[in-house]
Amino acid sequence: MKNLYLPLAMRAEKIVIETEDKNIKTFSLSFLNKEDGSSFNYLPGQFAQLSVLGKGEAPFGIASSPTQPGELEFTVNKVGVVTVALHNLEEGEIIGIRGPLGSCFPIEAFEGKNIVIIGGGFAFTTLHSLIRYILYQENRSRFGNVIVIYGARSPGLLLYKDELKQWEARPDLDLHLTVDKADDGWRGKVGVVPNVIKEVAPSSENAYAIVCGPPIMIKFTLPVLRDLGFLPERIVLSLEMKMKCGIGMCGRCNIGNKYVCKEGPIFTLAHLNELSGEY
Amino acid sequence: MKEMKIAKNEVVSFLDSLIREYKVFAPVKRDSFVVFQEIHSGSEALLDYANSKKPPKEIFFPQSEVMFAYSLHGEGLGIEEPAFEEKPRVIFGIRPCDARSLVILDDIFNSEMYKDVYYIDKREKTLVIATGCNQPNSTCFCTSLGGGPFSRDGSDLLLVDIGQEYVVQAVTEKGEQFLKKHSEFKDVDEHSLSLMRNVIETAGALIKSKVETEEIKEKLDRMFDDPFWDLVHEKCLGCAICTYLCPTCHCFDIADEATDHRGKRIRIWDSCAFPMFTLEASGVNPRPTNKERTRQRIMHKFKYFVDNHGMAACVGCGRCIKECPVNLDIRAVLNSILNR
Repeated sequence: MKNLYLPLAMRAEKIVIETEDKNIKTFSLSFLNKEDGSSFNYLPGQFAQLSVLGKGEAPFGIASSPTQPGELEFTVNKVGVVTVALHNLEEGEIIGIRGPLGSCFPIEAFEGKNIVIIGGGFAFTTLHSLIRYILYQENRSRFGNVIVIYGARSPGLLLYKDELKQWEARPDLDLHLTVDKADDGWRGKVGVVPNVIKEVAPSSENAYAIVCGPPIMIKFTLPVLRDLGFLPERIVLSLEMKMKCGIGMCGRCNIGNKYVCKEGPIFTLAHLNELSGEY
Repeated sequence: MKEMKIAKNEVVSFLDSLIREYKVFAPVKRDSFVVFQEIHSGSEALLDYANSKKPPKEIFFPQSEVMFAYSLHGEGLGIEEPAFEEKPRVIFGIRPCDARSLVILDDIFNSEMYKDVYYIDKREKTLVIATGCNQPNSTCFCTSLGGGPFSRDGSDLLLVDIGQEYVVQAVTEKGEQFLKKHSEFKDVDEHSLSLMRNVIETAGALIKSKVETEEIKEKLDRMFDDPFWDLVHEKCLGCAICTYLCPTCHCFDIADEATDHRGKRIRIWDSCAFPMFTLEASGVNPRPTNKERTRQRIMHKFKYFVDNHGMAACVGCGRCIKECPVNLDIRAVLNSILNR
């Protein structure tokens, strides 16, 4: 029987500061043991537990796409004990990983559909995974039009800036970047994400909307999507809760009778509505 | 079902013989209360007791447990798993309510989707010998939750006290093999069997407190936003003793203990009664006050667990009632829910 609590060793190959406040870094990791890498089969939306041994373990959505085998990326905001320890790492240091854990985006259901991806702040990480996955040469034709609406408080707080530039240039992706507060060089939109959705007004016809962001953004985004005609079955969300085990045992990440680590973190709004007042 | 018997005055020597072959756990007196621990002589075992203060779940799910030791050395990560049990184990004298709690814990730690090696290793290597309850406590309410003083769920063998001897019922195949193997168990005559039936039939009536739990879930299905929760938590101190002493509570924390480049990852019992349990690093806490935490405890046991596993996560052992410092009685809470 496999011991699900044992972390596999990974090396921090590359550490990039993402944001101007230096609070968010992206870690590119490679497995020390190549066999571990080939058995780590994940899909966008799933998460993993990262260990800085001696400091502890915490869950993070996987920011890379399985279409780039051999390496994993995690984008980490510096807030608590484990994330501070991760930020203090230097390239070449060893950390542990357990996973992949949780549910993935319903990619099979997305096939043949138009995809509207809505992200806010640093919750953009697993959406980044999904976008890369969809844009991957061999995958792109499986999906319809792709609209991405991504907002941050300021231009300096957007993640993956180089990649956003590449995406802007692509004809097969309609990217709308927005910030709450612009600076001199900003050429994108200004305004909160729900307002930009209203402005872009993506069609709900044959479409799925995938939403990841801070609770306040989600609260104001859902009515806009409803007005555009998106049914709760066609709105996909990713939830976060404090976790320890990641495998439905330690008891802290439940919302109603669902464990975010096990049945989630990806849920449709229809699923969440079934949890009555609990979400 | 195979039945045999063992004379009470032979139990000590029987346990002595088991100790040579098995790691044997039994109720023992420690200070002023009873706990389950490993015994090294049959005479340590307490045969005449109501129930242990701490549930025997710690024999399968210890209060703190090393998950692995690690060492970081230049280019790599060394992980060393703890030694798993070598000897087969016997737990002797567990009460039927606590044996039933193992069925609940099995569903958590040995689910189809995920397996917990630490729990499963201990569980699979342990033979469970329960002793039925001829004299239940006033706080016992096992019959409200599908159990009873002679419930067999979770046991391999069940002992029924008929005076000078115990009738031993083999509940599982594992239990039956064990009965055949040990010569201390003798054939049982019809007289002993009729005494046994009499004890079992009369014991149920000795459980005086009864809660109609069948309707609790339906009530709770509609009660998440009920003002009931505003009041019910008010006298709770948030001390978490109810969860620590609950044989079915299984929440845990995982923490690292480190010295330089070496250390251990440990899991420790945790509790939904504590504010830190769900506190996120950002400062957000989805269960910020005692109200949400009390609701979680009741909802988890009597609604969510029923939704997911078809049974309540409570066996009616009464420990949370007995040990609560402010006499918050779960039976009263359940009865108030029924009256909503």
